[in-house]
Amino acid sequence: MEKEILRLLTKNARMSVEEIADRLSTDSESVAAIIKKLEDDNIIKGYIVVVNEEELEEHQVKAMIEVKVTPDRSQGFDNVAKRISKFPEVTNVYLVSGGYDLRIEVVGQNLQEVALFVSSKLSTIDGVISTVTHFLLKKYKQAGVIIHNEEENERLKISP
Amino acid sequence: MNDLKSVRNKNRIADNIKDIPKSGIRDFFELVNTMKDVISLGIGEPDFTTPWTIREAAIYSIEKGMTSYTSNLGIMSLRKEICKYVDKYYGVSYKPENECIITVGVSEALDLILRAVINPGDEVIYHEPCYVSYRAEILMARGVPVVLNTYEKNDFSLDPDELEKKITPKTKLLILNFPCNPTGATLSQEQRERIAEIAVKHDLLVITDEIYSELTYENRQPTIASLPGMRDRTIFLHGFSKAFAMTGFRIGYACGPDDFIDAMMKIHQYSMLCAPTTAQIAAEEALKNCMKDMESMRTEYMQRRNVIVKHLNEIGLKCYKPKGSFYVFPRISDTGMTSMEFAQGLLKKHNVAVVPGTAFGACGEGFVRCSYASSMENIVEAVKRMELFIKKS
Repeated sequence: MEKEILRLLTKNARMSVEEIADRLSTDSESVAAIIKKLEDDNIIKGYIVVVNEEELEEHQVKAMIEVKVTPDRSQGFDNVAKRISKFPEVTNVYLVSGGYDLRIEVVGQNLQEVALFVSSKLSTIDGVISTVTHFLLKKYKQAGVIIHNEEENERLKISP
Repeated sequence: MNDLKSVRNKNRIADNIKDIPKSGIRDFFELVNTMKDVISLGIGEPDFTTPWTIREAAIYSIEKGMTSYTSNLGIMSLRKEICKYVDKYYGVSYKPENECIITVGVSEALDLILRAVINPGDEVIYHEPCYVSYRAEILMARGVPVVLNTYEKNDFSLDPDELEKKITPKTKLLILNFPCNPTGATLSQEQRERIAEIAVKHDLLVITDEIYSELTYENRQPTIASLPGMRDRTIFLHGFSKAFAMTGFRIGYACGPDDFIDAMMKIHQYSMLCAPTTAQIAAEEALKNCMKDMESMRTEYMQRRNVIVKHLNEIGLKCYKPKGSFYVFPRISDTGMTSMEFAQGLLKKHNVAVVPGTAFGACGEGFVRCSYASSMENIVEAVKRMELFIKKS
């Protein structure tokens, strides 16, 4: 049940406790208790919204940044990664395999703001060897959600 | 009307076709089509779009120019996948070379087997409420349809004792469709075994239409064809429409003893030649790579079923929890309305479409079919409106 609730919330974090209970043929209290436990156990860390920023008046600038790092002898990449994570403009930080080490995502009000963050904050951190910044041009899919939906195919209203 | 003055033969349409009534669902469909903004629980097909890998495989095959005929029986690699699948999930093995044929939907497969085995006057037993085609297809094959009613008190499952009572020396064939459209009924293993014993005892042929079998919300059961004495008297019909949300691809298949398949192939080769190539390729992709998609659709259907059954019962429309398909069949007779009055009133006053139970046979009176192949939002809203409708009437 825990696993199924997690799956449903991952698909739609706003699904009501009542709907989950009905779907799983149980009662709301049990579902609420399980969700609370998932939160207390640090399994559910938060609920986020997928936004189509193109439809908004104000445009923020987003960038994905590849960061090469010299790993620390005792802490590996953790120290640098944790340090970077603390900046509020950084939205995502991942350690990845391949040609670079950390992939981070940054949000700013404009290009300059992001550029400034990279040159003055990020590059100057001890252990950061180099950065490559990719500005996000268009979003097609995020967190399993397709941003620009195609027109829906209309089915027959009654079929045998 | 056509101007028939120049035509001397006024009896243009064959008697046996003239006598077949149009599907009961048809009239209702016409009515629904005149309405706008209808929330429909009347849809007999998945509301999911075909999984993208399947669509992509079809597109790619067209790009590669794979647009010629296939063998009459269908693409060999697809038949192999099907036989492997049927063996694994239904417990009976068939040879892809001569015991499996790909058809244009299960509808064609049903038509083929009926025409292949029925001599005029042979009696065919089928259970109602049922899919709209069975009776008509039996008649078109010049058979004599014999109805076996199923009842709410048995969760619309088939009572083997009732079945045995319908058997006469002329009975040749029994058609089974479980999980059932429109009731969602399933057979228990015990019932299946009893039916098999009866079929063996009376030397009946059996058609089992298993189009909804993936949408079984308990363990998927072995087919009746896997029971003792049944393999050589059973034709197993299945397809891709419901499980893989591929209704428009029109791919079905039949597995059975080679004399059945051979006879069906004769009709198929002269009338259809082969099932559409693109759709066959898509079907192969479905079996090879889309079991996960199928399972996640099944989970979603099962959860919607839980919701709709609970809500319908809460508003006073008694509804048992079906174990299969994506239909529920609530009783509406307590409202004092007939099925048709209920469906028409609900549509006209609250823009919600359900299908009157009588579209699926006379014993569907007092019930309506609600399909939960619709979004959760639609389901919840539709039931709310039903409640308003019942209270006001």
